[in-house]
Amino acid sequence: MDVVTQLQRQFVEYTTSLYREGYLDDQFTQLQKLQDECSPDFVAEVVSLYFEDSEKLLNNLETALRQDIVDYKQVDAHVHQFKGSSSSIGAQRVKNVCVVFRNYCDAQNLEGCMLCLQQAKTEFIVVRNKLEALFNLEQQITQAGGSIPMMA
Amino acid sequence: MEDDNAEDMEVEVLSSMWPEDIDAAGKKFNVEKPGGDQDLLEDVTFIEEPTIVDFKRLLELTNYSEKGSSQLSYLVKNWEWKQENAVRLLREELENLSKQQHESELKKLEILEEHQFEDEIYGCDKRPVSILDGVDDIFQDVPKRRNDVIIQDERLEIDDECDINTVKYWKQRALHLEKMLEASVQREQILLEKLEESIENLEKQSSPVEELSQILKRADNFLHFVLQNAPVVIGHQDKELRYRFIYNHFPSLREEDIIGKTDVEIFKGGGVKESQDFKREVLEKGVPGKREITFETELFGAKTFLIYVEPVFSKAGEAIGVNYMGMEITDQVKRREKMAKLREEIAVQKARETELNKTIHITEETMRAKQMLATMSHEIRSPLSGVVSMAEILSTTKLDKDQKQLLSVMLSSGDLVLQLINDILDLSKVESGVMKLEATKFRPREVIKHVLQTAAASLKKKLILEGNIADDVPIEVIGDVLRIRQILTNLISNAVKFTHEGKVKINLYCTADPCPERSNILLNEHEKNEAQSQETVVWIRCDVQDTGIGIPETALPSLFKKYMQAGADTARKYGGTGLGLAICKQLVELMGGRLTVSSKEHQGSTFTFVLPHKVPDLSESSDETDEYQDMDDNESMEDDKTCGFFQFSPRTLGSLFSSNGSRQTHELPRNVHGFDKVDRSSIITDQANTDHDDQDRPFHNPCIQKNRPSDMGLTRDLMRVNSGKTSGSIFSNTLERSKSTERRKVLLVEDHVVNVMVAKRMMKQLNQDMDVVNNGVEALRAVQRGDYGLILMDVCMPVMDGLQATRLIRSYERTGNWDEARLAGVELDDHPSADQILEPRRRIPIIAMTANAMSESAEECFANGMDSFITKPVTLQNLKKCLEQYLPLNNTV
Repeated sequence: MDVVTQLQRQFVEYTTSLYREGYLDDQFTQLQKLQDECSPDFVAEVVSLYFEDSEKLLNNLETALRQDIVDYKQVDAHVHQFKGSSSSIGAQRVKNVCVVFRNYCDAQNLEGCMLCLQQAKTEFIVVRNKLEALFNLEQQITQAGGSIPMMA
Repeated sequence: MEDDNAEDMEVEVLSSMWPEDIDAAGKKFNVEKPGGDQDLLEDVTFIEEPTIVDFKRLLELTNYSEKGSSQLSYLVKNWEWKQENAVRLLREELENLSKQQHESELKKLEILEEHQFEDEIYGCDKRPVSILDGVDDIFQDVPKRRNDVIIQDERLEIDDECDINTVKYWKQRALHLEKMLEASVQREQILLEKLEESIENLEKQSSPVEELSQILKRADNFLHFVLQNAPVVIGHQDKELRYRFIYNHFPSLREEDIIGKTDVEIFKGGGVKESQDFKREVLEKGVPGKREITFETELFGAKTFLIYVEPVFSKAGEAIGVNYMGMEITDQVKRREKMAKLREEIAVQKARETELNKTIHITEETMRAKQMLATMSHEIRSPLSGVVSMAEILSTTKLDKDQKQLLSVMLSSGDLVLQLINDILDLSKVESGVMKLEATKFRPREVIKHVLQTAAASLKKKLILEGNIADDVPIEVIGDVLRIRQILTNLISNAVKFTHEGKVKINLYCTADPCPERSNILLNEHEKNEAQSQETVVWIRCDVQDTGIGIPETALPSLFKKYMQAGADTARKYGGTGLGLAICKQLVELMGGRLTVSSKEHQGSTFTFVLPHKVPDLSESSDETDEYQDMDDNESMEDDKTCGFFQFSPRTLGSLFSSNGSRQTHELPRNVHGFDKVDRSSIITDQANTDHDDQDRPFHNPCIQKNRPSDMGLTRDLMRVNSGKTSGSIFSNTLERSKSTERRKVLLVEDHVVNVMVAKRMMKQLNQDMDVVNNGVEALRAVQRGDYGLILMDVCMPVMDGLQATRLIRSYERTGNWDEARLAGVELDDHPSADQILEPRRRIPIIAMTANAMSESAEECFANGMDSFITKPVTLQNLKKCLEQYLPLNNTV
């Protein structure tokens, strides 16, 4: 079995596991479908934009929640954004945490919010690592002269 | 001596064992002396103060009542037993004494026998001195025995005197004996003293009265000790229920106030009568009983007593009164009632909880139904429409004749399935309450005209389609035009399907409110979001009449049921899902109206629905953009507004428009043209064939694109052909349509970079130009400057959210100025260059992008003037559908 096939198989398995374990959902497939010859790095671009933006948002959230008087409206706005972008790239787990996070915001539950922030951070870091690994694989495949298998 | 001591001790032990206790006496001795010693009681005094006693009565009681006499006899028995016991013990002691005496006598005799001869000399007549005398005397006075002993002493002396012969020996002997005798006498003396003492004791105790009274007093003390602080009242009432005796630790009345009176005479207030009645009942029945009675008297306020009443019988077995015992349990009752109340509340709470759980469950079910619907629409409709549209595109490629035929079957089948799914979805949407009604202004005449037009376009029978609108129907009304069109289309195509010759007619006219109360509520519910309060409501009745095969009477009841058709034959012959009428009925009812049918077999059917509509203010209705306005010739607008009669007939080329025949000739030939040009334009013909097939489908007309989101761009184009807007050259355009970017620009209002990037990419793939702004204010500026065919609006945004932005844009479209926006603090250019271009102001479709499509926010979107919404995250499919539905092609402007 040549390297490319092996890598491709690995890629498929890895991607499947990401879907199966709920890190990603269909929206990510949508992104992949949008990628074509005109914009070969579309997914990577969007996702890295997402990473940048999310880090900023998480920092903002951290600051907002550390205030003496927490402005829950603002926190909620941040979380809403985070949720929106996460669902846009299909980071399902992060999105789910955001849903809970917003509930705690509504309830003005600081403890719950902090917990969610922690969780959101964790989930974000995990999905970032996973996606980076995925892109790495992609790169390897491309470098080896293979094509990225299309995920159904 | 030692023996004697032992006996003494025995006697003492015995005496100490005399029972002092009264217990168990009755069991040992069953001596009956009933009623004895009555007068003894007279000496007994009850000194305790709280007890108020009618002594006479008590005496009588003890005399006459069985209980009293048994009580007395019990006491007497006790006393007698005690006395007897004492006597018995004394007897035993005496026996002992006499035994001792007998022994000493025997000893004496022994001594004497040793000197028999002397004895015989000195009178043996002394011998029968009987100790038994003493024994016999035992019941007589003790002193007698004392005498006896003295006698014996004398006799001994005599004996001494007899010993003269052997003087010395006998003297010694005599001395010895004398000593012995003395000791004996001494012992006797002690015994006598003891006996006397006992007798004295006996005499002391011999008064039964004293003893009885002591016992009684003890019992009384005991009772008082126990009852000292008990909140009890004890009493006795006679046959007439007059108090004869009462014990009350906390008396509030004096003795004379109570004794001899009845309850009713003493107290006044609630419960008194009840207690007296209860006592009487016990008295009459002769059975004791307990009851809880709440008193409400002036004397001691509201108090609850537990009352025990037992009847008292005379010896003859006759009830002569009642014993009564009461205990105050007010607090306990209160507590108990509190407990009961609590328990009741808990039960109610639990019931409520169960109810709530049920409601929650139902809500959850509904939610799940909604969820399922959303999934359904995505999971089934989208891929299917993909298949159909792909097939359409395929049909534009080079194909041979067979392939084309196959493809046309494929298209029509796919279309049928799509239609079926749409029907089912519509139905379940209505049923699960997800279907939201819109309230938009529309012109009934135009709607009728369009429905008839589109029906006529696909007509292949010799039928005349007619529309009659009465003058009293308002030019504009408010309602959910899409749904109304859906109903009309369904009914018309139904009528066409089952009519082979003759007419299908729509009659529209105003009618009286069929049910004033109900309809108002319904209206309010459906259209509460409409702020205009000064609107009047008209009920518009619509008859869809045909001259078809009619419906047998037996089939009428099940006609509106799901998946039901008039008969199995009908289904086979005419096809269809059997859902159409059910959907119509549900939709009509959802809008607060009613759908009925009347029919005669072989003569035709008439479906009638009545709907309430609001009438908009006349002042602002003039420049309002109608949703279908763009489909109309501008020149025909005025005519359509007032025209009351349309007629279409596909077979007669010059079918008449009663009001404007010239335009009609301009319109209809193209239809015919479309059908006839089979050879010249195969694509169109195929499409037309599809339309022919459509006719066999129930209630479906692919031309109603607004109603039925679908990817079939070609049918859409055909519809435009049918509506008489375009020239013949459109046919050639049709082919390139899917590749070109003829649509006007889209404005995306979205603050989030990632979302923007994704949307941009999607638009690019859809070949759609798009501008992006980041918040509501920027959106307003963009709208002011540029000309957009569609706005995609995020709802949650900084600076200004999508709802407000939409409201302000709508305000601009209505008034032609940005005053309201400026009022809201938005800075806008004073002289926008684009102002002129925008005349007349069109209503830009605004699509909300929401995170949760099914939630209440959808309603909010509609309320703020948005046309629809798409769910985030946006998919290519959704976006494409949305563009097709809402963004008209450039060439139609």
